[in-house]
Order: sequence, then C-alpha cells, then structure tokens
Amino acid sequence: MRLTWPALPRRGTFVSGVLIVAFWATCALCGRHIVPFDPFADDILNALSAPSPAHWFGTDQLGRDVFSRVVVGARDILEVAPLATALGVGLGVLLGLVTGYFRGALDELVGRVIDALLALPMVIIALLALAAIGHSTSAVIGVIGLVFAPLVARTVRAAVLSERDLDYVAAARLRNEPVLYILFAEILPNVMAPIVVEGSVRFGYAIFTVATLSFMGFGIQPPSPDWGLAVAESYGLINGGIWWPVLFNSLAVASLVIGVNLAAEGVQAAVGERGR
Amino acid sequence: MRIGAILGRRAALALLTLALLSAIVFAGGQLLPGDVARAILGPLADPRAVATLDRELGLDRPLFVQYWDWIRHFVTLDMGESYSYRAPVAPFVLGALGYSLKLGAVAFALVVPLGIASGVWSALRAGRLSDRILGLIGLSAAILPEFVTGIVLILIFGIWLKLLPTSAAWPPGAPLPVQLHHLVLPSLPLVLVLFGYLSRMARAGTLEALAADYTRTAVLKGLHRRTVLWRHVLRNALLPTITVTATQLGYLMGGLVVVETLFRYPGIGSLIYAAARDRDFPMLEAAVLMVGVIYALAGLAADTLHALLNPRLRPSEAE
Repeated sequence: MRLTWPALPRRGTFVSGVLIVAFWATCALCGRHIVPFDPFADDILNALSAPSPAHWFGTDQLGRDVFSRVVVGARDILEVAPLATALGVGLGVLLGLVTGYFRGALDELVGRVIDALLALPMVIIALLALAAIGHSTSAVIGVIGLVFAPLVARTVRAAVLSERDLDYVAAARLRNEPVLYILFAEILPNVMAPIVVEGSVRFGYAIFTVATLSFMGFGIQPPSPDWGLAVAESYGLINGGIWWPVLFNSLAVASLVIGVNLAAEGVQAAVGERGR
Repeated sequence: MRIGAILGRRAALALLTLALLSAIVFAGGQLLPGDVARAILGPLADPRAVATLDRELGLDRPLFVQYWDWIRHFVTLDMGESYSYRAPVAPFVLGALGYSLKLGAVAFALVVPLGIASGVWSALRAGRLSDRILGLIGLSAAILPEFVTGIVLILIFGIWLKLLPTSAAWPPGAPLPVQLHHLVLPSLPLVLVLFGYLSRMARAGTLEALAADYTRTAVLKGLHRRTVLWRHVLRNALLPTITVTATQLGYLMGGLVVVETLFRYPGIGSLIYAAARDRDFPMLEAAVLMVGVIYALAGLAADTLHALLNPRLRPSEAE
C-alpha cells in the first residue's frame, strides 16, 4: 500500500480538486491586492445594491463590496482548518503509534473514548466545548484538533498493528534500538500512506466544521469577511429579496468544500484504498 | 450465537459508551473558566451572594459527587434547572426532542426510499452514465455543509419559486398536512446529506448480492428475474444498508443543530445552539447527552433489525 506519487497528477479528480484549492489559497494570500474595492470599507449610501457592472456581486448591509469580501474571505478558514488538521493528525499519529505498538490499558481506554466521541456529531461536541472555554480562533483550532486526534489515532493504530510483528521491527528490537527510534524511524515511514489519506479526509471535515461553526457564530469572528460569518450576517435579509450576499458566500463555501474533497478522493485513489 | 446474547452484549457496550460519554459531556461543562454563580450574578455581585448561589446550585461540592448526582437524576428524567430560564430543564429537552423527531421522521421518510431506490438502480446499471451521475450527485450532496444547501434551497423554493414556506415554525394549532408542508424544506438539507451514503451502501450491497452464488443458482433454477431481484438480491443487499442508516442518525443530529437554527425550528438542535450561546450548561449538558442516548438507542434498534432480518442469526435455523 505504497503511495504512487507519479500517478497522482494524472488523475482528473485530484488535479481539479487541487486547482480549486490552489485558486482559493491564492485569493487568501494576495486577494487584498487584486480586489477592486477595500473589503472592509463601509459605504452606507450604496448599501444593499444589487449586482451591477461596478459591484459584480452587489454590496452588503454596510455597503461593502461582496465580490471583494468573497475573494478575501478565503483567508481565515484556510488558516484555521489546516492548523486544526495538522494538530489532529500530529496528536493522532503520536497516539496511534503508541497505542498500536504497546497495546494494553491505554489502547483499551482510547478505543472506548473513540466510541463515545463517535456517538456525538463534531458540531455538537464543538458547541459544548466552545461554550465552555469561550470562542476564539485558537479555541476552534484546539477543539477540532483534539476531537480529530483519537479518530486519526484509530487509523494509525490499525496500520501499526499490521507492521509491529514484521521482521524489520523484530530486527530493530534485536539491534537494541531505542523505542522512539523504532516508532518514528522504522514504523512511521511504513504507515505514511494511510496517514496521508486520513489527513486529506480530515482536512475536508475541518473545512466543513469551521464553516459551520462560523455560520453559527462560534467560529471566526467579525469583522472578518469569512464566508460562513457573512452568510449568518446577511441571512435575515433574504425574505426581503436580498439574495446576493448570501448566495455568493454560500457558493464560495461549496466550491472550497468540493475542491478539498475532490483532492482527497484523488489521494485515496492513488493509495488504492477506496471507501472508508 | 443466539440473538439474545448478541443483543445483550451490544446493549452492555452501548451502556458503557454512554457512561463514558456522560463523563465527557460533564467534564466539557466543567471547563468553564471562572465561577458559574459569578457568571449568573454579574461582576458586581457581593461575594457572599455568589457563595450562597454556589451552595444553592451545589457547585461547592466535589466534582465526582456533582457528576454522580447529575447522572442519577438524569436517569429519572430530572435533568436539573436551567440557568437562563430558572426552570427545570427536562420539559424543554423532551418538548424539543418531540419536534426534532418529527423533522427527522420526515427526512427519513423521504431519504430511505429515495436512497435505496437510487442505489439499487445504480447497481443494475453499474458503470453506465446514469450510475456515474447519481454517484456524483450523492457524493457532492453529502459533503456540503447543511447551511449551504439549506440557503440555496430556501432561495430556490422559498424565495424565487415561492413553493414552500421558508420558516419551519407552523401557525399554532395547524393540522398535520400544514405541519408537513412546513417541514419539507427544512428536511431537504438532511435528506441531501444522507442520500449519498445510503445510495452508495445500497449500490454496493446490491452489486455484491448480484455477484453471489445464490443469485446465480436462483437464475439458473429458472426463477423470474423479478423474483430473483426481490427475494434473493434485495433481501441480502439491504442488510448492511439498514445498519448504516442507523449509524447516520448521529450525523443527522449534527445537521439538526444547523438546520433548526436556519429554519427557526424549536427542536433539540435549536435548544443546543441557544444553550451554547447563553452558556446555559445544565440545559446544554442534558440536551447533548440526550443526543447520545438517541444515537445509542438507534444503534441498538439497527442491531435488532439486522439480527431479525439476517437468516444466519435466526435461532430456529442456527440450532
């Protein structure tokens, strides 16, 4: 189950997914310099004007240009979601290596905690935790990362279980290598494939969760032009026929989610391990 | 193994999981920095008043005693008192649960036949264009956040076509048909999320059953194509689908938080959202644990159904 990197770029789904994500990443990095209007500048006299040649996506309730805000709005979610994923994968790999290699009581305990966590959807766990510790960007990253960690650990543990009794591990033990060396230098390189797949799938979930939490008011906070936040701010207006701020921000979320998932599908296909 | 033994073991596991979950939920509520009584009374309150309220709420006792007290009362549906309403939590949670079950039932009534039909149909035309298109629709519908699909559906059906009401709250005393009319639009985002999984499971199950020896035997026996499909293929194909449907119930609950907030529907999802926003921990903890209980019950129901439908587990034939 080795990664076949050279095969990766040739796969259509993977390429289109990566292109979409790369597009938004570019917007996130240099959007401020290419947008036609200042995304934070109020212009009350022009508030809620419909899409026009001047304002392609119209303006919001403060008269800010929706197009400029959508372009710049990729920034916060593309900062929070990767960090949360990295935290979850990092902790999960550590936990999975240890529980898979040593088994024992800790392994049992982690297994039970995973079962309990799976009984609750991510959004509900996050709401509970964020209500308790207060909402800030770092809290969102921490909560998502901590919930992801045992889920990643389960995958890594399963992979470690099938490696730990192989000859190369036994050889390393007989050479009297330190445990840390066996875990990280011998086993880890051989379980990279499932880790990469799990990481890409988790990234998709992280985007989903951050967008949803921002929409609920528990994620990225104003005055960020974040998409979920913008949808929540303008949602009350749609009954009055003001559809543009809500629609374009929703479509932006949809495109990013689909892009990330296409890329993840591509990675999964390259590893040759379909379905979860 | 007998059905009873299997289900007994599953029930014991579910109880263990719930016990652990309750501890996690309780611990989650305890992460609150600072003092609950201080949060309720405000920063200017007299320290003696804060201490009195702490004692009244039982917050000065050891954590383990508080947890045991909470869980002991929860089992008897006494879930404590809400900080925001200064009233017992249980009627709120149970009332909201009733609303959510209604919405969930509408979503399930729509998605189960749709998902299974689409999965079986895809399997029968596997590899053709219609199969691929259905797969693509299912996949993209399942990964989009509910608030995105919800907004787009509201815009299309509620605002532009004016076919369906945009709020799920029906006028008081409305008869069932009016209630259902209000529930169609809010249930659609949930339907979209579940459709892909169900359809994929049903497709995989059908493909497997189509390739199985017993299907070839049935065909070679000269049975009618329809009989083979209904009696031999579908019966085996839908077994895993049923289990997956129940495990998706937990997922559905997560969607409810978003959808009920979006459509202003007074279910358990709105309750969790409002309690989290107001930091009303007795309410929040009770509602979240209730979601866990529902999930565990759904899992048990799925196991029972699976055991009853699976001929390999039927006691009369096994012994």
